[in-house]
Amino acid sequence: MVPRPRLAVWKFASCDGCQLTMLDCEDELLAVANAVEIANFREASSAVVEGPYDLSLVEGSITTPEDAARIREVRAQSRTLVTIGACATAGGIQALRNFGNVEEFQRVVYARPDFIATLAASTAIRDHVAVDFELRGCPINKAQLLEVVSAFLTRRAPNVPTESVCVECKRRGNVCVVVARGTPCLGPVTQTGCGAICPAYHRGCYGCFGPMDSPNTASLIRNLGYLGMAPDAVRRVFRTYNADAPAFRAAGDSVGGEGAGG
Amino acid sequence: MTAASPAAGDRFLLDRRDFSAFLTSIRTAGYRIVGPTVRDGAIVYGDIQAESDLPIGWTERQDAGRYRLERRSDQALFGYVVGPHSWKKYLFPSHERLWTATRDGPTFAVISEPSDPTPLAFLGVRACELAALKITDKVFMGGIPDPSYSARRTRVLRVAVQCGQAGGTCFCVSMGTGPGVTSDYDLSLTEILTEGRHEFLVAVGTEAGGSVLRSVPLRPPTDEADRTVTAIVAHTASSMGRSMDPTGLRDLLLSNPDHPRWERVAKRCLSCTNCTMACPTCFCHTTEEVPSLDAEKTERWRRWDSCFNLEFTKLHATPVRASSSSRYRQWLTHKLGSWHDQFGTSGCVGCGRCITWCPVAIDITEEVAALRVPPPAPTPGGGH
Ligand code: SF4
Ligand code: SF4
Ligand code: SF4
Ligand code: SF4
Repeated sequence: MVPRPRLAVWKFASCDGCQLTMLDCEDELLAVANAVEIANFREASSAVVEGPYDLSLVEGSITTPEDAARIREVRAQSRTLVTIGACATAGGIQALRNFGNVEEFQRVVYARPDFIATLAASTAIRDHVAVDFELRGCPINKAQLLEVVSAFLTRRAPNVPTESVCVECKRRGNVCVVVARGTPCLGPVTQTGCGAICPAYHRGCYGCFGPMDSPNTASLIRNLGYLGMAPDAVRRVFRTYNADAPAFRAAGDSVGGEGAGG
Repeated sequence: MTAASPAAGDRFLLDRRDFSAFLTSIRTAGYRIVGPTVRDGAIVYGDIQAESDLPIGWTERQDAGRYRLERRSDQALFGYVVGPHSWKKYLFPSHERLWTATRDGPTFAVISEPSDPTPLAFLGVRACELAALKITDKVFMGGIPDPSYSARRTRVLRVAVQCGQAGGTCFCVSMGTGPGVTSDYDLSLTEILTEGRHEFLVAVGTEAGGSVLRSVPLRPPTDEADRTVTAIVAHTASSMGRSMDPTGLRDLLLSNPDHPRWERVAKRCLSCTNCTMACPTCFCHTTEEVPSLDAEKTERWRRWDSCFNLEFTKLHATPVRASSSSRYRQWLTHKLGSWHDQFGTSGCVGCGRCITWCPVAIDITEEVAALRVPPPAPTPGGGH
C-alpha cells in the first residue's frame, strides 16, 4: 500500500480556534484521517510522530524569539506549508502591539517585565519562512480547510476565491445592511469565505478574512464616514483581527484624528 | 362565468376580497407561487402561501445606495416597485449543482442533476422584469438551450403587475420597457385602489394564464376601470425617479474606451459586484469542480460571478482587466453597448437595482450622462 501523506498541525501565538475548526469537521474528519496520516496534531491527540511531513498546517503568529526559531524547523520538516487563520496570515489581533510600544505594555501589565521574552511585533508566518498557501479567516472556514486539504491530496490549486464578501452576501439573498439599514459594513473590501454570516444577521462585516484582492479602502472609508462613523471608529474597524494585513494597515493609517499613526 | 377558460385578450375585474381565491386557483393548477414579501427590511422574492405573505400596506423609498421600507396610508397589495432580488434567482440560481461524476473502475460515470418538476408562478412581475426575462431567455435559450434554465423557464406562469407608482431609481420609460405591461405575460394585473374601491383589472395574455382563472369569481371590465388603469400607468410613467437618454448608446460606449470618466468612477467603485448580482439580466457565472476527499466523486457547480471580480478576468492566471476602471468599463460597455451585437437588444431594462444597491451610490444614469460629455482635447505642452 502506498503510504498516506503525513499531516502535521502546528500552533504558534493563537487562540486555537482554527485548529478547533478542524476538529469541528466531525463528518469529514474520518475521510481526512483515511486520506492522510495525522502525524502531529496536539489538539486532537498527544501522539507525536517525528518529521518530515508532507503537509503542515500552521496556526498562530510569531511573537517570541523561540517561535521565530521553531517555525524555521517546522518549515525544514515540511514539504508543503499552509498557514491557517488571521494570526498566521496577518499577525492576528495580537498584531495590535505593532501599533504601540511593547516595552511600555510590559511595564504596565507585568510585575516582573524582565521575565518576559517577547518580540516587538506579532508577525505573519510569511515574514519568517516561505509559505505555500495562506488560508484566511478568524476563524478559518471549515469547507475551505477541507478544500485546501483535498487540493493538496489531488495536487491541484485550491479553489479559494479572493473576491469580496458582497458576492456571497448577494448569492445567499441577504438584504444589504448598508443600503437598507445604513449599517457600516467592511464586506466590500473583505475577502469572502465566511459565507456572509454577519449581514445575514443584520450586522456589518467585521473583516475577519482580511483584505480582498483589489480593495478600494479609500472609497469605503468615505462611505463609512457618510454613514456617520467618526475617524477614530473608522480606524478601529480596520484594526482588528487583520490589523497588520498591508491593505488594512494602510487604511487605518490613512484616517486622521486622535490616535492616528503608531 | 362560463365553464370555458378565459382566452388571450380577455379582460376582467377581480375584487380585492377574491384575491385569495385567485391565489388558491393558481396553486390548485399545480404552481408553487413565488412573489414579493417583506424580509430583513426589504421587499424580496419568496414563497407566497397566502395573501398575508404579500407586503400589504408597505412601500419603499429608493435612491442611489439607499433603500428604506415605509408604511403606506392604504392597504395596497402591490404598492411598491422592485427590490434587491430578481426572478433570475429562480431560473438561474446563485449556486447550482450541474452534475456529479463518480469513479467507475478505469472510467467514470456522469450523473445528471434532476430538475424540480414543480412549475413556478411568478406573482407580481413588473414590466421591466418581463423585459429582463425576455433577455435572459435569449441568453440561456437563444442558441443551445441551457438545460436547467429552460427546464424551469418553460413551466413558469408570469403574473404581471402594472406599476401604480415609480421608484426613486426607476427609468423603464427611458429604456422603453415599462411601466405598462404590453406583451410577454400570461396574466397582467393592475391594482385599482380609490375611496371605497379596491379591485384589479386582469388581462389574459395566454391560454396558460386564462386556465388559472377558471374558478375565480370575475366581473366584466367597465369603461371607467379602463380609464382609471390608463391614468395609473400614465401617472407612473410621468414620475420616474431617473432617466437615461437611450439614443446611440451602443456607439457612445463602444467609441469611448479612453474617456476620463472611467478613472473617475473607479475612484468610487469598490469592485464589490453588488450591481451585477442585483441586475436581472447579468448572467456571468463560474463553474467549479468540487471533488470529494477520497477523489472517488466530483461535483460540478455553477455560481454567480461578475465582471467586477478580478479573478473572473483571469486568462491563464493573468487578469486581462487588472484595474477597476477597466472592469467598470467592461460592465457598462457590455450592458449598453456590445450586448446589442450579441443579443440584439440592450442589456439594461431600467429597473434601477444597480443604482439602489450600490453601497457607494454609483448611478448608471449619471455615468452615462458624464460619458456623453466629450473628453477635453489634450492640451499641448502640458500645463500644470
Ligand atoms: S451587507 Fe455588506 S457584505 Fe453584504 S452586500 Fe452589503 S456591503 Fe456587501
Ligand atoms: S443595468 Fe441596472 S438598471 Fe439596468 S437592468 Fe441592470 S440593474 Fe436594472
Ligand atoms: S422600472 Fe418601471 S416597470 Fe420597473 S419597477 Fe420601476 S416603474 Fe415598474
Ligand atoms: S458600481 Fe457599485 S455596486 Fe457595482 S461594483 Fe462598483 S461599487 Fe460595487
